[in-house]
Amino acid sequence: MIKLIIRRLLISIPLLFVVSVLVFVLQSFIPGDAARQIAGIYASADDVERVRVELGLNLPVWEQYWRWLLGVFQGSLGNSLLDKQAVIGILNQRLPVTLSLVIGSTVVATVVGVVLGVASSRGRAVTARVIDVLSIIGLAVPSFWLGLLLISVFSVQFRLFPAIGYVAIEDSLSGWASSLVLPVTALALAGITAIAKQTREAMLDTLGSDFVRNLRANGIPERSIVFKHALRSSALRIVTISGLLFVGALGGSVVIEQVFGLPGLGSLAVFATTAKDIPVIQGIAVYFTLLVVAANLLTDISYGWINPKVRTS
Amino acid sequence: MTAIIPPPTAAVQSAVSKNRVSGAPNAFVRFLRRPLGVAAAVYLAIACIAWAAPWLLAPGDPQISDFAQVLIGPTAEHPLGTDAVGRDIYTRIIHGTATALAGVVITVGVAALIAIPLGLASTLFRRLGGVVTRVNDLILSIPGIVVLLMVLALTESLNGAMAALGILFAPGLLRVVRGAALAIVEEPYVAAARVFGVGKWKIAFRHVLPRALGPILVNLSIIAANALIIETGLNYLGLGLQPPTPSWGALVADGANAIEQQPWTLIPTGGVVALTVIALVLLGDAIRDVTTESWAAGRNKGARAVRVPRRATPTPTAPTDSSSTVSADVALLSVRNLSVAFPTSSGDEVTVVQSVSFDVPRGESVGLVGESGCGKTITGLGILGLLPAGARITSGQILINGRDITNLSLRDRSQLRGSTIAFISQEPMMALDPLFTVGSQLREAIRVHTKATRKQARERAIDLLARVRINDPERVANSFPHQISGGMAQRVAIAIALAGEPQILIADEPTTALDVTVQKEILELLQTIQKDSGMGLLLISHDWGVVSALCPSSVVMYAGQVVERASIDAILESPRHPYTAGLLAANPHFTAPGERLATIPGSVPAPANWPVSCHFADRCPMVIDACRAGAIPMVQIGADRESRCIRADEVDEDFARGFVS
Repeated sequence: MIKLIIRRLLISIPLLFVVSVLVFVLQSFIPGDAARQIAGIYASADDVERVRVELGLNLPVWEQYWRWLLGVFQGSLGNSLLDKQAVIGILNQRLPVTLSLVIGSTVVATVVGVVLGVASSRGRAVTARVIDVLSIIGLAVPSFWLGLLLISVFSVQFRLFPAIGYVAIEDSLSGWASSLVLPVTALALAGITAIAKQTREAMLDTLGSDFVRNLRANGIPERSIVFKHALRSSALRIVTISGLLFVGALGGSVVIEQVFGLPGLGSLAVFATTAKDIPVIQGIAVYFTLLVVAANLLTDISYGWINPKVRTS
Repeated sequence: MTAIIPPPTAAVQSAVSKNRVSGAPNAFVRFLRRPLGVAAAVYLAIACIAWAAPWLLAPGDPQISDFAQVLIGPTAEHPLGTDAVGRDIYTRIIHGTATALAGVVITVGVAALIAIPLGLASTLFRRLGGVVTRVNDLILSIPGIVVLLMVLALTESLNGAMAALGILFAPGLLRVVRGAALAIVEEPYVAAARVFGVGKWKIAFRHVLPRALGPILVNLSIIAANALIIETGLNYLGLGLQPPTPSWGALVADGANAIEQQPWTLIPTGGVVALTVIALVLLGDAIRDVTTESWAAGRNKGARAVRVPRRATPTPTAPTDSSSTVSADVALLSVRNLSVAFPTSSGDEVTVVQSVSFDVPRGESVGLVGESGCGKTITGLGILGLLPAGARITSGQILINGRDITNLSLRDRSQLRGSTIAFISQEPMMALDPLFTVGSQLREAIRVHTKATRKQARERAIDLLARVRINDPERVANSFPHQISGGMAQRVAIAIALAGEPQILIADEPTTALDVTVQKEILELLQTIQKDSGMGLLLISHDWGVVSALCPSSVVMYAGQVVERASIDAILESPRHPYTAGLLAANPHFTAPGERLATIPGSVPAPANWPVSCHFADRCPMVIDACRAGAIPMVQIGADRESRCIRADEVDEDFARGFVS
């Protein structure tokens, strides 16, 4: 198991490397002059040149990358072009918001999805159709639209939850929870339906298997068969989907944070994109990649924890 | 971002499993039979018109403002209302279609152009396969949204971002193509084409691609759906097209700004996105079903008859054998005229076990013998109350210690399992939950049946493992099923079955899946345990060697009926039913060296084809007209011996020669 974790961590190093290189390559190969973009259309040639030197964009790509990489080893992701603040500082300040949103929606999607999936696997064939229809709706409803509809109903009409804004967990636990209810719901819906469908299928597969027949034949109560044996088998599939949901929610956070005015990494990404704040975008790329690596690692560990074949080999 | 695509496996599996047999009319006709698919196609066709010629559907100018009518709801003039500057929302939606669909086409095109050729190539050229999968895994871990934002920041081109999205979606699609193609490449006809020297690319596009098309199309439709949602998201964020160009995402953003004054504007603007996504997914599903159907239809031609044929007519149940002379004492287990029926796809029922009667006396072993498909296992599962879904006991009784258990509630029935009746099955490796240790499964069974504490259960588990002659019970208890051998797993399964100290054990082909040397050990173990504990044993087997080793008496089943019942010695000495004789003659254990091994011609017919008269008549060398005249009753032919053959007296040792072909 420890070997597995170490192997996964070793694989993730080249991944970080690839993503950071990709970001650099993208900015040098994509048509358009980054310095001109940043300085603005009306800047003089001298100003553009000054920006170019300031950002090191006059250097060859590999040297730019090397300087950035040296900075990374010294714990720096550079400074924002806009307000010259350290990128790491800006990102760390916003990280808890995004983590609350993304982890929250992944957990909600998994828990609700599993409950629905297990319930429907015990139900009649009709529930399969219901889950099928729901999963298409879950795919079809854009999360930002759902978010707006939720705001329209629960904030504007009934004034139950705040429409926008974020309350830090250390300031007020209830305020934090209440500021997250709508965004988490908007982000979780698609995940709920995906998890419910997969759980249902996995449960039905397992409940029809030989070992379940043997458990029944030897008097193991149905409660234990469903919740201990079949659910644990299904968890193998559920864990994988949950990991994917986390990565998906990370992408979705970009739009959802904008909808709900949450000051997280996602809304920063949008802002930095419109402002052409390249170091910030690079920083976000690194943070997002680290989060994906962490999620994948967690998925692998849980998978190994559930599946002895992985754990013991 | 790539994670929004559901994992491809489900789609592939369902695509492969939906092999309905049909008369295979052409694909277009079959597509027309799917109302949802047709509706989706019509919707998307209208969307394409809106893309190519928006003025046909919405003659007005999308930019014209009418400040007298700002943020109104639906009216005759403005069917979907107006926005904050009085522009007609319907017109703007229609004119925004071009942006939406162009982006989808770019993403889907880029993904398909990368993934399909690479996916096919990587299955045909092995060396490429490893490289492709590794690069693939890498790209799958990149947070795609960041790449998209980067591209947008530097190029300000929405189409560029959509192309980049296509690259990001390619690895997921490539996995699907590879998965589907790998399965097809292994099939004999593709292998044959390779042997005949057909070029690899020709194989790929002529043979593999058409078959893999189902899962590929489903995934393309899901990619299209996701592309549309992401594109509208980018436009919603204001990162895509600049106003006032109408785009669906920007329309939603307009609606969001007016959320306090006119929440209605959100409905049509977001709704069109949702509807289009639904249409894409439904169209993908319909095309998948149509393409897989045509392949399934081709593939299933000349396939073996399915076990329960479609047009099965309910088989009349044979008359109950009231004359049955099964011993009248209260036996431990006594099955009386048990009939079991399965549902057919046409809604009828077909009887698979017909009026079966036999006894298992206390402390004795009885063998239930027959070929596969004779209803042995179903009889066993019927006794356990574990018939497959839909199957039911249509008549008869199952008495345990004289008490009929067929009418018990599900709860009471399950109480019997493990404590009164226990079960071991054919595939020991499949019989244990792979995710729990052997000890944990054993302890669970112990604690269900006894009031043991955790500590007591642990001790008893070790005792039970020792009792099934496992040398180092402690180590085995801590092992997972995949860490032990098949023989060991069967011992564990026996230990679990013994946990509730059952009065009767049903063993369904307990040694069939094991090595010959292990078989003998397991049989000896079963015999010892049965003798020591005094429990009854119902041994289900097709192997006379196994039955004769363990069981003093045996019941022979053929095509759902008991055809002979006698002591094993009597049967071995002189079978009194041609089927029994045939089974014996076909067994290498009972054939003299040098003698030719007999076979029974034909195979067990499907339950729907069972006649009312003798079920064995079509395969019997002794058949006469009387055999086909009507139902054949069980007839007593000696002390505690019965046969369902009107010529029972004529069956003798030499008879078996009739089976030697």
